[in-house]
Amino acid sequence: MQVEELRARAARRKFAIQALLIVGVIVIIWSAIASARINLTALGITSGFGFLERSTGWSYSFSLIERDINDTYTKTLWIGFQNSVFVGFISIVLSTVLGFAIGTARDAYNLSIKAAATTFVQIFRNIPLILQVVFWYAILIHMPGPRQAISVGELAFISNRGVMLPGLNVTSSIAVGMIAFSVLLFIALTISKATFGKKLILWFSGSILALILAGVLFTPEGESILSIPTLKGLRFVGGITVSIELVAMIVSIVLYGSAYIAEVVRGGLQEVPKGLIEAGQAIGLPQRAIWSRIKMPMALRTIIPPLGNQWIFIMKATTIGVAIGFSDLFYIVSTSITQSGQTLELIALLMGAFLTVNYLIAQLTNWLNASLKLKGH
Amino acid sequence: MADVSSIAPTGSRIDWAKLRRRTIATPKDTAITVFVAIIMGWLVWLALDWAIFKAVWSADNVDQCSKDGACWSVVHARHRLILFGLYPYDLHWRSTLACVVIILTVVLSCFPTIWSFKRLGTLWITAFSAYYLLMEGSLLGMEQVTTDQWGGLALTLFLFASVVLLGMPMGLGLALMRRSSMPVVRLFASLIIDFIRSLPLLTTLFTAAVVVPILLPDWLQGDKIWRVIIAFALFFACYQAEVFRGGFQAIPKGQFEAGKALGLGYWQILGRIVLPQVFRHALPSTVNMVVVTFKETAIVIIIGFFDILASAGAAFGTALWAPYYMEVYVFVALIYWSFIFSLGQYGEYLKRRMTVAAR
Repeated sequence: MQVEELRARAARRKFAIQALLIVGVIVIIWSAIASARINLTALGITSGFGFLERSTGWSYSFSLIERDINDTYTKTLWIGFQNSVFVGFISIVLSTVLGFAIGTARDAYNLSIKAAATTFVQIFRNIPLILQVVFWYAILIHMPGPRQAISVGELAFISNRGVMLPGLNVTSSIAVGMIAFSVLLFIALTISKATFGKKLILWFSGSILALILAGVLFTPEGESILSIPTLKGLRFVGGITVSIELVAMIVSIVLYGSAYIAEVVRGGLQEVPKGLIEAGQAIGLPQRAIWSRIKMPMALRTIIPPLGNQWIFIMKATTIGVAIGFSDLFYIVSTSITQSGQTLELIALLMGAFLTVNYLIAQLTNWLNASLKLKGH
Repeated sequence: MADVSSIAPTGSRIDWAKLRRRTIATPKDTAITVFVAIIMGWLVWLALDWAIFKAVWSADNVDQCSKDGACWSVVHARHRLILFGLYPYDLHWRSTLACVVIILTVVLSCFPTIWSFKRLGTLWITAFSAYYLLMEGSLLGMEQVTTDQWGGLALTLFLFASVVLLGMPMGLGLALMRRSSMPVVRLFASLIIDFIRSLPLLTTLFTAAVVVPILLPDWLQGDKIWRVIIAFALFFACYQAEVFRGGFQAIPKGQFEAGKALGLGYWQILGRIVLPQVFRHALPSTVNMVVVTFKETAIVIIIGFFDILASAGAAFGTALWAPYYMEVYVFVALIYWSFIFSLGQYGEYLKRRMTVAAR
């Protein structure tokens, strides 16, 4: 009897707390809407997404597609989103590759390799990313102009207007197709049953073969396969020009991100039971085979979940582009806010974009993890 | 688990036999070692040559600065600006003292004797109040300096200390809410934690700085710096809540039940049985979180605060010092690096001790 009474009292209390919480949240949201209405009217701003159709009238540093100062907000925001995803994707790929190499080196038998890798990680992990970005940007902006550009074997040039690289003489849609092919090949290989070393070789050779094929097949008549940057007057023509903002972004994010990924990889490699490695040594496998057939496949299962977190982190880190004027999504959104005053709508779009991309990365990680799972475990 | 502080550190003497076996045992290994040593040695030589051998140290002989060596004159001449920002020059001793208070607090927090809820809480609240009183000044009868004049390292440390101090209880609260028996409370906490964790920190801070004023009535808006600190603390809390969650998961359910069987209430079980163990389990990850937070404070420059990175930019912002941006950045990077590296090493050391203790 008494017990039941006590239970009923506890249940009532729990109900009251939860009801209070719901009411509290509703009141906060409602009063926020009310104040927003008052404040926006005072500022003379009409809320709604109508402004997306207006043209922006301002310019920014970087886009993958054709752009114009009269583009609508929709297109400008879309370009910002593309830029963020573009930088994020390149940074994720490069820092994963570099991170795996350095993480493996952190676990190397030879202590000198280990020491070098440790130094790398300790330097780049312990300095704020934004400081690294502005540092590289400052160095690049103090590079000589195009006419005194630093030449790397007359093929690539570094100047304060960007880094000029040799490129294939193909259209951008074919370039995108090649990247897509490389990614698909990577995913297909990840779930295939080949050994880790074989996968790496297949992926590299497959991608390079695609590169050569595209060069041979799609080069316009009468032009060379490679387009090499050459100085004409005050600027470079030909090749691919990568702006210094983009270079600073990618270099700093990759150095920082790969230091973190290296730690994840090292952690995974250390989790592999010693007995398995000793068993490999006992049957006379060479070091390389122990790494690619025993250590890596086992370690990958511990590496993938935290690796996914690092990918999400890198994606989020692209927002620092605003510090050096790279037109990532955050930069475009904050400029749009100053220019149009549509703060709430733009912030909602920004948040929505990040929630979506990070959700997709998390799904990809889960899927990778599931496909790598040991059968029967 | 045994008392962490009572376990002797594992030996750290150099094992020469192991060193030899793993560097020069085979010709191939020797070749690799020599190659790596040459490259590393060359890089170290380049760095030392620039930073020390060819460097100019004093502000009086800027004219001797060249492209080959570092021109530390800029740091010599402008270090006050870098460290204290726009804080009134005559009052820099207050800023210095305030920074020392925060740094001492962080160092003191590393000693196990302090690791109780009460002592840590008292220490941090005292230190924070001392910092604020010193910097602001009017309450101690000194000249008043408002927060918009705070800057440089002093501002960075202020942001860091207030975020950790506010965020820690918030994180604990969120962690408790997330494991509550009430579904609405649980859902509420999970939504907040997952939402904040999916967004870049910059977005959260920007929202606090720019969007929140629209959503709040005038009388509730407060200073921008406090809005940003609260948002930053919320960000910290969401990550810290997950750290605490890991700590909670390490505690067997039987302990709650034993507490209940003894007739203890929820808060008694929590405060006397569960939380002390949760804190101990969560300690290494918490140290890591604190380190990350210190590193992330650098981002406030983007939303217009005059932190150490912004004051660094100002330090080489004049025509005279403009060519020596590298020296200033290296100086600031060294400050960050020494804080973060030493705290990080301390976290690693704790983790090692805990694993030894758990065996």
